[in-house]
Amino acid sequence: MMPDLGEYAVEVTVAYGVSLLALALVCFLYIRRSRSVKRALTDAEARKDA
Amino acid sequence: MNSTSKSKHLWNLFWKLANPKVFMGWSGRWLPWLSWLTVLLLGSGLIWGFFFTPDDIRQGSTVKIIYLHVPAALMAINGYLLMFIGSLMWLIRRQHVSVLAAKAAAPVGMTMTLIALATGAIWGQPMWGTYWVWDPRLTSFLIMFLFYAGYIALWAAIDDDDTAADLTSVLALVGSVFALLSRYAVLFWNQGLHQGTTVSLTDGTKQENISNVFFLPLLLAMVGFGLLFLTLLLIGTRTELRMRRLKVLEVRERMQ
Amino acid sequence: MIQLFARDIRLAVRSGGGFGLALIFFLIVVVLIPLGLSSDQSALALVAPGVLWLGALLACLLSLDRIFGLDYEDGSLDLLATSPLPLEAVYIAKAAAHWLTTGLPLALAAPVLGVLLNLSFDAGKVMCFSLLLGTPALSLIGAFGATLTLGVKRGGLLLSLLVLPLYVPTLIFGARAVHSASLGQPFDVPLIMVLAISLGAVAILPFASGAALRINLR
Repeated sequence: MMPDLGEYAVEVTVAYGVSLLALALVCFLYIRRSRSVKRALTDAEARKDA
Repeated sequence: MNSTSKSKHLWNLFWKLANPKVFMGWSGRWLPWLSWLTVLLLGSGLIWGFFFTPDDIRQGSTVKIIYLHVPAALMAINGYLLMFIGSLMWLIRRQHVSVLAAKAAAPVGMTMTLIALATGAIWGQPMWGTYWVWDPRLTSFLIMFLFYAGYIALWAAIDDDDTAADLTSVLALVGSVFALLSRYAVLFWNQGLHQGTTVSLTDGTKQENISNVFFLPLLLAMVGFGLLFLTLLLIGTRTELRMRRLKVLEVRERMQ
Repeated sequence: MIQLFARDIRLAVRSGGGFGLALIFFLIVVVLIPLGLSSDQSALALVAPGVLWLGALLACLLSLDRIFGLDYEDGSLDLLATSPLPLEAVYIAKAAAHWLTTGLPLALAAPVLGVLLNLSFDAGKVMCFSLLLGTPALSLIGAFGATLTLGVKRGGLLLSLLVLPLYVPTLIFGARAVHSASLGQPFDVPLIMVLAISLGAVAILPFASGAALRINLR
């Protein structure tokens, strides 16, 4: 499954690991904040209309 | 004829998007498609790059890092550009969408800068024999990281949203002038001890420097990173717009 | 405008913060560097231009938040805003006062402190000259940063974070000029660049700062 990365296997894997982790983190934070703000806004709109 | 009317149509759409309602409707419609396309292209680009590309004769398997490094660097610069344009448009046209897009772009751009720096350092250790050299390009990126940090910190520090929008925009404009100046200063500063041959794949002569085996997955990864940036930008801008609306509602509630 | 300028200088001198503090800080930095680095004369001469420029830059940074901070808190800035004097002029007067109480003494002290770092007399002259040309830019950029962080409570650290990246080009060209001079190489190009940055700052930053002041006083 894993391709043969030769003598630089550690470097390449670490580079991919770090980058994907950073991307995943920023995606996670954006989506989480988006959800919480969306929910809070829906609640506020509901209170206003009630 | 057809293409001019089409570009005119796009141009009109661009300005209409400055209206928050239009923006929310449009971005809400396209966001799911965009997200899936991002996952598809970014995933396939990186998988192609990681699993199915040959090693370079000189660089061995470290050449695979390029599929992260170059797209991230590209998006770091584009993010800064977007921040600048958004701020400028806010100061001129006073439409919230543009400045909130600038605000949403900054953290993504900073992450991209960080990825470019990190992957560059990891690549540099086996290839150059050191994680870090004070090469003009590396130094400029580090300075750009500081500018991103300052912009984000100023947003976070000011309570009133419109004041924060105005002041960060002024900072973004003045900062861009100095960032450009720094770029040239750094080139000047390093004249004496210039690092030798950096195999530069970001030059305009890309197709000549790099064979198709590497270039196609790289292109795919670049498009993937671009789409990811756009997706996060839309999500972030939507969040900021909602946040604005939420604050208005909260103030109104307290008044009653 | 001249009255405002004179008042700011009087305040700085009377409170002892202006001339004294920045100079003593500069001296401390210059004393600490060899202690942390090495006492080797040739090594010190090599880093002297950078150390002196950095020391001056950091000393400049110390007093930045006081440029507008006190006037903003006690409301005199609001009075100034309603006076016929444009806020751009207020900014220039304040930056000039800051330069006269901080940048100028630092520039004059630098060649003397350069002796401690084994900087040659000729290079010391260039040091003084480059600081004379460069510290106006430091004061102007710093005062601009101060207008941005006006409304932020305890914004000192934020101010440094905003201002230090903006100092990069000035630092590079300034230190480069002295470095070239200490090696006996021509140093006119970096000096001209330092001057250009100062002039550019005078030309652009008053408008940006005036806008930032108006936004904060709104």
